[in-house]
Amino acid sequence: MSGPRIAGTIRLERRRFLQVLAAGAGVLMVGIRVADAADAPLPPALLGDTFYDLGAYVRIDSDSNVLIGARDPDTGTGVATALPRIIADELDADWNQVTVVPLGLGVADDNGQPQWTYGRQIGGTGSSIPAAWNDLRQAGALARWLLLQAAARRLGMPADRLRSEAGTVIALDGRRLSYGSLVDDASAIALPQKLPPLKTADHYQLIGKPAGDVDAHGIVTGQTHFAIDEHDGDALVAVLAHCPWPDGTLERIDTADTLAVKGVVKVMQLVPEPGQPWGSTAIAPAVAVLAEDTWSALQGRQKLKIEWKPGPSGSENSAALEQQAVALLDGTAACTARVRNDGDVDAAGRKAARRLQASYFQPWLAHATAEPTNCLVRLDKDHARAVVPTQAPQKAWAVLQRLTGLAPAQIEIRVPRVGGGYGRRLDHDFVAEAVMLAKAVGRPVRLQWMRDEDLGHDYYRSGCVHQFSAIIDRKRRVIGWNQRMASASALAHRGVPENRLWTSELQADQLPAGLLPNFRSDWYAQDSAIPRGPARGMPHLSNAFAVESFIDEIAHLLKEDPLDTRLRLLGEPRQLPLGSGGTLDVGRLLNVLKLVADRIEWKNWLRSVSGLGIACWHVDGAYVAHAVEAAMQGERLIVQRVVCAVDVGRVINPLGLQGQVAGATLDALSTALNLAITFKDGRIQQHDYKDYPLASMAQLPDDVEVIVVPGGDLPPAGASFLAMPTAAPALANAVFRASAVRVRRLPLMKELLRLL
Amino acid sequence: MVPVQAKPLPTGPDSAIVPVKIRDGVDLEINGEHYRHTGDPQMPLLWYLRDVLQLTGTKYADQHGVSGADLVLLDGKAVSAITLPVARLAGKQVTTVEGLAGNDGTLHPVQQAFIDEDAIGCGYCTSGWLIAAVDLLRRKKQPDDDDIDQLPNLCRCGCQTRVRRAIKRVAAGKAVQP
Repeated sequence: MSGPRIAGTIRLERRRFLQVLAAGAGVLMVGIRVADAADAPLPPALLGDTFYDLGAYVRIDSDSNVLIGARDPDTGTGVATALPRIIADELDADWNQVTVVPLGLGVADDNGQPQWTYGRQIGGTGSSIPAAWNDLRQAGALARWLLLQAAARRLGMPADRLRSEAGTVIALDGRRLSYGSLVDDASAIALPQKLPPLKTADHYQLIGKPAGDVDAHGIVTGQTHFAIDEHDGDALVAVLAHCPWPDGTLERIDTADTLAVKGVVKVMQLVPEPGQPWGSTAIAPAVAVLAEDTWSALQGRQKLKIEWKPGPSGSENSAALEQQAVALLDGTAACTARVRNDGDVDAAGRKAARRLQASYFQPWLAHATAEPTNCLVRLDKDHARAVVPTQAPQKAWAVLQRLTGLAPAQIEIRVPRVGGGYGRRLDHDFVAEAVMLAKAVGRPVRLQWMRDEDLGHDYYRSGCVHQFSAIIDRKRRVIGWNQRMASASALAHRGVPENRLWTSELQADQLPAGLLPNFRSDWYAQDSAIPRGPARGMPHLSNAFAVESFIDEIAHLLKEDPLDTRLRLLGEPRQLPLGSGGTLDVGRLLNVLKLVADRIEWKNWLRSVSGLGIACWHVDGAYVAHAVEAAMQGERLIVQRVVCAVDVGRVINPLGLQGQVAGATLDALSTALNLAITFKDGRIQQHDYKDYPLASMAQLPDDVEVIVVPGGDLPPAGASFLAMPTAAPALANAVFRASAVRVRRLPLMKELLRLL
Repeated sequence: MVPVQAKPLPTGPDSAIVPVKIRDGVDLEINGEHYRHTGDPQMPLLWYLRDVLQLTGTKYADQHGVSGADLVLLDGKAVSAITLPVARLAGKQVTTVEGLAGNDGTLHPVQQAFIDEDAIGCGYCTSGWLIAAVDLLRRKKQPDDDDIDQLPNLCRCGCQTRVRRAIKRVAAGKAVQP
């Protein structure tokens, strides 16, 4: 059977094309392919499968059912709802007739090289919606244009006398044709020379209107499968006992008792492949127990007698690393990277009427995704299939390809809904583990990390120390700002050049950069064998906490209202060029700040019995501010009110955005209040939720009041972690007003109780 | 007439019904269906649900049931499925998230309220919240904020404020499937 025939192709920007499936199939399908794909042979497929093979985004059948592909993994960010709504709006689809399908990885074989047929596929990094805004709308617009042309021929009137609405073409004389009745004719229409025009914003039907999560019904009925829920015939369950040290070795093992457990099939050793960067191979040596079911595997694991020998990391302690950071920042050694140097901080220092110095200490953090690390792999002779909880399926593919040697299109990566990402699923060490085991055991493997493994073996967020010095002149103006930060880069051990390692830790444009005549930001590198990697909110989270706390300390020194200090620092609304290419719109930043201040009744700041705190930040063209009201009841901290305002430009799904903003706020509060990873003699000391206590319902505020700035025609920015950076400093600033205790060390609760 | 008489057969029967003891096992009732578990009676309910029945709505999140992702209803009360051996379930009724809706697909008011309030982050811990909420509303029809504060569940996506609204929605009688 031959593959689907492509009826036509139109060029999009940057090596991407829109394609339409040939007529006679009983469906209209429009897809996007990257360059050269039109020449590539499409694999044999049944019609239902062509939806995937075409790189399709839209499929309309003769009953007017619309299938829309969601290309980016949804880790709880709502992209599986938002991206299809972008297409559906341009298509004028009836949302009630739309079914969203997660696309899995789109890969074709281009002379042995992978060709990513759906373009970029990354979730949870705040970039899905900005990236989709152009090409996804075009796919919807082309499908709609074809349907209108087909209706015009059928009705014998020009297409500009027709309009479309909710899956129907309507003529001026009132005649109506459903999309389903037009799909065959539409597939036969010659494609236009140019891309059809996109809608103007006043015609949006879905964009900007609230929509619940497309998977909500499946989730509340327990039907939605996460990767961890997948079964595959005779797959063996694999549970692991990792070496406590990533650079350790297996000294001795006795597996007799384990193998005696009914259901246990095999015990195997996993060794990280030498020379592979972090995130591409096993995170540490491990012993795997493979069994017919999880319970047998767990009992087998419990009966293992293993002696691990520590490597050099066996001497690492998180407390010592922090002391080393302080020594670096206090010392005279040159910084590793001068991230920014405006004006002359030293010269400004000589004019100082007053100076303020403070240091902030933030701990290591784990990802603690709700769905623990897992992977299902089946290896056949000329086909590999993996179900992977991933934010970046192309990287999962690369691991499978390296370990199996299969051709690009022989590797199938399925990506169901993902139980939380936060950056953990940008690494694919666990895929390597599952593939190595499946290869060795000759059966499909369902790899399942237990929570102790998940917390104890992670690509953590490094702890960090910030040291600030503010220079204030006689007129009480901040004229200079000197900041130093020490941390262990998340990009180390990943093939990133030394001179770029700072980029995961700091941005040159982070506040208050650009607002002061004299500003210097230096980074001091630390190294550690404890694995590190991408983490939610990085590099904003730690910097916003330190900067926005310090601005409050400046306000306190000057006996000012901290809102006034911020307003003065920000100055007049204006556009400031950013080194990264965009601009900082000071007016938008001022706006979100004022919105939260008004909502929380900031004018009561001085008189309020409880404490009010505020903070603002900007992330990749989006703006956020938090205001928090907190009170102490003895040793108990009550977070009474939390207000968050965001400006992300055009809003695709306000309901999804509100959920994302409230959720990120709570995540940030939970993290700041309670969480820290520590290690002693190279061993991580947190192994379950009792040691790593995500905030309980009682500890969190009852509500997060979310204010969404109407974005107008500004292009949409991402929001997946936008609301994280300012929540913790706003809380710490509120705690200072409520308790007179300035918390400069996280987690906050532990430090607050120590200082009270 | 000579009455018909039973006569012994010249040889033994080809087969005979021999009484044997029924297989050992634990009789379970899960979502109204009956099962007999003949494996290790110490297997926790969570693994029985997920591995044996492939009812995967109840989630694994930690070994001690701290997170609440593994909650099920046992005779109507929320309990952690990972700390509950199957052996203890004889004669009890278990309801998982898959059993909350009616047979005709009508959603439980709590399920409907979670949809109405979009009380879902990544969705992984949602089944545990649903079970905890059903249990709370069984104990107290009009729970206040302090009652809701007692829910044991953890969620990193931060769905707590939306869950709170969903529970209040049910209490107010507003969660009805259209």
